[in-house]
Amino acid sequence: MRRKVIFPGTALPYLLLAPQLAITAVFFFWPAGEAVWYSFLRQDAFGISTQFVGLENFQDLFADPLYLQVVRNTLVFSVSVTAIAMSVALLLAVLADRHIRGRETYRTLLIWPYAVAPAVAAVLYIFLFHPNIGLFGRALNGMGVAWDYRLNGDQAMLVVVLAAAWKQVSYNFLFFLAGLQSIPRSVLEAAAIDGARPVRRFWTVVFPLLSPTTFFLLVINLTYAFFDTFGIIDALTKGGPANATQTLIYRAYIDGRVNLDLGSSSAQSVVLMVAVMVLTLFQFRFIERKVHY
Amino acid sequence: MLRRSLLAGSAGLLAAPFVAPSVKAQGRTEIQFWYGLGGALGERVAEQVQRFNESQSRFRVNASFRGSYVEVMTGAIAAWRAGTPPHIGQVFEVGTATMMAAGPAIRPVYELLGEAGIELDPRRYLPGVRGYYSDTQGRLISMPHNSSSALMWINLDAFERAGLSTTRLPRTWAEVREAARRIRERGAAQMAATTAWPTWVMYEQMSAIHDVGLATRANGFEGLDAEMNLGHPFFLKQTSMLLEMQRAGDFTYGGRDGAGGAAFPAGQAAISFNSSAGRAQVERDARFRWASVVLPHHDDVIASPRNGVIGGASLWVFTARNRTAEEYRGIAEFFRFISDVEQDKWWHQVTGYVPLTFAAYEASRAEGYYERNPGADAAITQLSRAEPTPNSQGFRLGGFVEIRNIIQEELERGFQGQQDAATAMANANRRANVVLRNFERANRRT
Repeated sequence: MRRKVIFPGTALPYLLLAPQLAITAVFFFWPAGEAVWYSFLRQDAFGISTQFVGLENFQDLFADPLYLQVVRNTLVFSVSVTAIAMSVALLLAVLADRHIRGRETYRTLLIWPYAVAPAVAAVLYIFLFHPNIGLFGRALNGMGVAWDYRLNGDQAMLVVVLAAAWKQVSYNFLFFLAGLQSIPRSVLEAAAIDGARPVRRFWTVVFPLLSPTTFFLLVINLTYAFFDTFGIIDALTKGGPANATQTLIYRAYIDGRVNLDLGSSSAQSVVLMVAVMVLTLFQFRFIERKVHY
Repeated sequence: MLRRSLLAGSAGLLAAPFVAPSVKAQGRTEIQFWYGLGGALGERVAEQVQRFNESQSRFRVNASFRGSYVEVMTGAIAAWRAGTPPHIGQVFEVGTATMMAAGPAIRPVYELLGEAGIELDPRRYLPGVRGYYSDTQGRLISMPHNSSSALMWINLDAFERAGLSTTRLPRTWAEVREAARRIRERGAAQMAATTAWPTWVMYEQMSAIHDVGLATRANGFEGLDAEMNLGHPFFLKQTSMLLEMQRAGDFTYGGRDGAGGAAFPAGQAAISFNSSAGRAQVERDARFRWASVVLPHHDDVIASPRNGVIGGASLWVFTARNRTAEEYRGIAEFFRFISDVEQDKWWHQVTGYVPLTFAAYEASRAEGYYERNPGADAAITQLSRAEPTPNSQGFRLGGFVEIRNIIQEELERGFQGQQDAATAMANANRRANVVLRNFERANRRT
């Protein structure tokens, strides 16, 4: 199926790959290797005295009930963000794919949030949901709902999930729209002639044909929720109240950069790295089989 | 994928290209100075540095804003590990223990000044300021720079609406509770009371004022083996009071760190607890009559309250392999410059931080500054009204940033109704002790 390009000799392909390999080595393998090494050490902030402590950092981590809570938070957070961001994006893409007036404008507007920096997105959500200054926050309190995400853990989780999902909708929208546009008209017309109604056409024809896009986005969204939502959490809740919105990546940041405990932070990074490796492997092994290319 | 977790390696790597090696520009020795004050306060820092540069032609201090206090500190540490630290780094007071334990990475200020032949008598500085940054022999380790203390801020219009006296303001917690109850009952303000910096105000300041140690071993001044003292009945009393006030609707939790500070200048909170350095903002934004007074105390615990502790930051001198004597000399000259009475007085009056020296305080008083700005000396009174005891000289606890967060987290769980005051304090005590033990292990020099 796939076209292969045959290079004469091996020098040229290696040369062409070299820049990418160099970047991967410097920005991925080297720091990842360091993280693995640091996870076995206990150091002061300045690295003046260093002890090798074996697996102690990992033992401490899994003996900490708060860390297990953070694992739970991360699962709730990532699954919710992925589910919301993908379903909303799919709905919008289907709507924007129809022949409606001004659809170019809709499309452009829908892509905008992607250009917003995470911290700025968080500030926007503060202006929406803050119990004293936020538009919705004040309205909710005015209606008698005890809304205060600074103290209510579930509400805090809801706000960070909404903010994180909102930012990712644009990205998903783009890919879904491109996926929809690449579905051949003839297939849809054939289904229509056979008497399939729009909803049925969507679930039996469109959705399966979109599955490569959906699968790709699933991986990307989970990775996003795991690693790139740090800015939103930091600006909105700082992991609080109590530890309600602390996720794995946020805790690794706090322990490493704020608490200056590089050993524990590195151990957490290693745990994260392994978790994502397993997750990705699992996805390619079991979910990709069901994907139609 | 692991972009976010390139913590150890890349921090140094990233910091490195931005640090210009100390070079002689136009025959002047360059001194790199990293600071973490944004906005108007940052402009004042830059202004003072410029004045220093204009005052002589031998050195040039290159001041650069490096983000928050945490970012300045971690950035400077990462740069030290990479061999290219700034000469001077502004480190917030909670980072003091980490810096003090850094041995070869820092040069104590008394040593630096001694070598430069500059005499700065530590007794020139306010006791609360001096104590926090001195070693047990009373020698200055870092240079006092911007120090504040926590104050009680009162919306006098809201007090009047509640039928409370606007001249005889609450002095004890019992009076604060009574006032807050009246304000709520009369609907005189959206919130009766709130606080910024929950740990700093409600635990650190209160521990000092009531002469109850936050930790053993003189709050860590006497050694790394200090243990937290949050199980003490005083902290239980303080926590119970906060939880009761919140449950009654007399106290509103405003969030972690500085987040709770916005409600007061906006006129939403009748009583607020916040840093004295918030004065400039209140002056600018408040559309009501207000007052800033010393923090309340529990009169059934202590009859005459002790001194409060400072907040803010101090300046640390980082070592590096290629530092020359001339560079150290430049740092010392800069420190002498900012300790100068005229400079210090200016800094105090334009920023709202307390003056570092008695002389600047006297000079400000002599020119009638406190009569024109009532309440501007409340922080100074609070810092210097008593000679510091081992419980009120400050805190030298390893991992103090983390400990502050732990106390905030456990307090939040209490406000959520998940646990009572005793459990909150027991949990905070246990978790903070783990931090102290880890710090002790990591920093033990053998």
